[in-house]
Amino acid sequence: MNFFLVQVIVGGLLLGAVYALFSSGLTLVWGMMNIVNFAHGDFVMLGMYAAFVVFQLFGVGPAVGAPFAAVLLATVGVIVYFSLIRHIMKGPMLAQILGTFGLALLLRYSVFWWFGANFLSLPNNIVGGTYEFFGLRIEAARLLAGAVALLVTLGLHLLLTRTSLGSKMLAVAEDATAAQLMGIRPDSMQAIAWAIAAGATGLAGALIATFFYIVPTVGETLGIVAFVTVSLGGFGSVPGALVAGLLIGVIESVSGYLIGAVYKDIVVYALFIFFLWFRPQGLMGKA
Amino acid sequence: MLTHCKKGEGSAAIVGARLFTDNGLRRPRVFWGEKHHMRFRHFLGLLGAAAISLSLAAGASAEDKVVKIGAVFPMSGGAASIGVHVKAAFDVALDIVNNAHPELGNFPLAKNAGLAGLGGAKVEVVFADNQGSPATGQNQTLRLITEDKVVAVTGAYQSGITLTSSAIAEKYGIPYVNGESVAANLTERGFKWFFRTTPIASDFAKVFSEFLTDMKAAGGKTDTIALVHDNTEYGTSVANTITSTFKEKGLNVVLDVAYASNATDVQSQVLQLKEKKPDVVLMISYTSDAILFAKTMQAQDYKPGILLADDAGFSDPDFIKAVGKISQGVFNRSSFSVGPAGSPSAIIADMYKKKSGLDMDDTVARQMTGLFVLLDAIDRAGSTEPAKIQAALKATDLKPDQLMIGYKGVKFDDKGQNILASGGIIQLQDGENYVSVWPKATAEKTPVLPYKGW
Repeated sequence: MNFFLVQVIVGGLLLGAVYALFSSGLTLVWGMMNIVNFAHGDFVMLGMYAAFVVFQLFGVGPAVGAPFAAVLLATVGVIVYFSLIRHIMKGPMLAQILGTFGLALLLRYSVFWWFGANFLSLPNNIVGGTYEFFGLRIEAARLLAGAVALLVTLGLHLLLTRTSLGSKMLAVAEDATAAQLMGIRPDSMQAIAWAIAAGATGLAGALIATFFYIVPTVGETLGIVAFVTVSLGGFGSVPGALVAGLLIGVIESVSGYLIGAVYKDIVVYALFIFFLWFRPQGLMGKA
Repeated sequence: MLTHCKKGEGSAAIVGARLFTDNGLRRPRVFWGEKHHMRFRHFLGLLGAAAISLSLAAGASAEDKVVKIGAVFPMSGGAASIGVHVKAAFDVALDIVNNAHPELGNFPLAKNAGLAGLGGAKVEVVFADNQGSPATGQNQTLRLITEDKVVAVTGAYQSGITLTSSAIAEKYGIPYVNGESVAANLTERGFKWFFRTTPIASDFAKVFSEFLTDMKAAGGKTDTIALVHDNTEYGTSVANTITSTFKEKGLNVVLDVAYASNATDVQSQVLQLKEKKPDVVLMISYTSDAILFAKTMQAQDYKPGILLADDAGFSDPDFIKAVGKISQGVFNRSSFSVGPAGSPSAIIADMYKKKSGLDMDDTVARQMTGLFVLLDAIDRAGSTEPAKIQAALKATDLKPDQLMIGYKGVKFDDKGQNILASGGIIQLQDGENYVSVWPKATAEKTPVLPYKGW
């Protein structure tokens, strides 16, 4: 096999892991309360700015920036839940869509107002350069993001399937009234779900910032990918988002290399729609 | 008809102008007779009202007169940084025009406060956000013309948006001056109200081919060339123009890498280049993609012998700040250089730096030049009537010492294109500041080969 193709596939897997990383929060929020969070891409953007601010103030990289972004975004998630989500959940579907969409614009243009529209960037090689294995080049920053993606997926999966907190959250997701009768407070569970989802998203943003540019509108660019990843993986399925992310990353890279970059989106979305035709619930979603 | 009447009530001057344009000729016969008579009386009444208000206005001080210019730029969306830069630049331009700046010498409109030709009228720029979308750009231009009643429009950065928004100005008979969009077809539409001051794709294709020929003579390798461009109006049209010009000049384009703008990943494109090993890579990209390409090229350890960029993203100060240090030695086209201390370009660059905190780049300089040329025309027209501004624009003949940019002058051909626009090649030698390296006559430094990167 062509050496460059191997490099493309490896790069695609790493890209896919990153896609999975910033999609897990979106799928969790959907699984917990059937809300499509259109502000998701902008949560990623906030995570990126958090990492940037940490670097500006203390001169340290994602070792501090990523946990900080996770905590900050978890807090934002809780605030958003109590001030907005809890109320719009009672409204019609359209109110939910417009509510989170409005939140997206609010976040985007608040950052725009505070930081300006300029493209920012963390210093190149803030995460130790590039490794070379038998001629294959692997960026340390992407490798780190990929590894964290696996850990986050595994952690979320274990949390939901193996802990009593996870069981309570799933109980609320299944039937909030019944859960309440069992002594579980739906409000707290859903607030925790938002905190975890937003925290994971902030973490993702901080790691993506190590190899991507930072700009208030970056959520637009990344948000669409997250939605495709989540619907391919199955809305609500955390492992599904990982598999779907890897799949999309590889298909995108390989088709971009073999057919041309302008056509790669056609390939990805055509396959996507073709797949949903047979399995509308996605790879691992519940029918 | 309805909009026509509404317009008439808004301003008698516009009715007067429009009676003799296409609307007047196409008016159906049915309206002659009593109805027409009433219309005429109505018109007289309005004329009288206008005369009264004019005489009242004359009594007031000159400072009360304001000339409104519409500016359609990306203030949000992926290219929002451009909008922020141009806003700061236009603030500087308005400062120069509206206040006395004797230190700028013979620079047009600088010496006295306001537009002398309109009794010292002040200029106001009304900004509108094109959101990076051709449809929005068109709607916003419509709003500027019909609601804000601007007398002329400038914009809209992205060639694809200049295309749609200038079509609205053309329809309404409002002068549109573009300072920065380079897609060739913009001046090939037979428009009467569209004027463009910037050099265009074909000018730069020629500059690039001459520069590469010179580099070959100096020992550089230029046998195979790859074009990398996005799929916007700008990217595709400039790539097409360069391809055909290079073919004529015997330069060999072996690879054409097109990608969708605002990409999430460009790794496969960089690997395509790495595999095909072209001697020269010519990049036509906006800022976001330019930054991503620079980062990915470093990650994949890919350096072409010559990396040449077509302005846009590579001229954005954000690009230099983000990835300048890993893009050392990239060539770029530019019409702007700061020039010696005390020259208008140096003074204006300094004012811009104080305002925005940024060094003046080629894009912003070309945008400001567009605005200055428009205001100079309005000043000479001595009127805000569209037809008079249009006539003044057609008569524009600015000399190099009246400009803040390195054009050979400004003079429009029948299509509205500035035939004296020109430019050279600059190089980011130290990763921090571009220096002019070609043509030899105006170069500050000699070009350094090969591309150094990081």
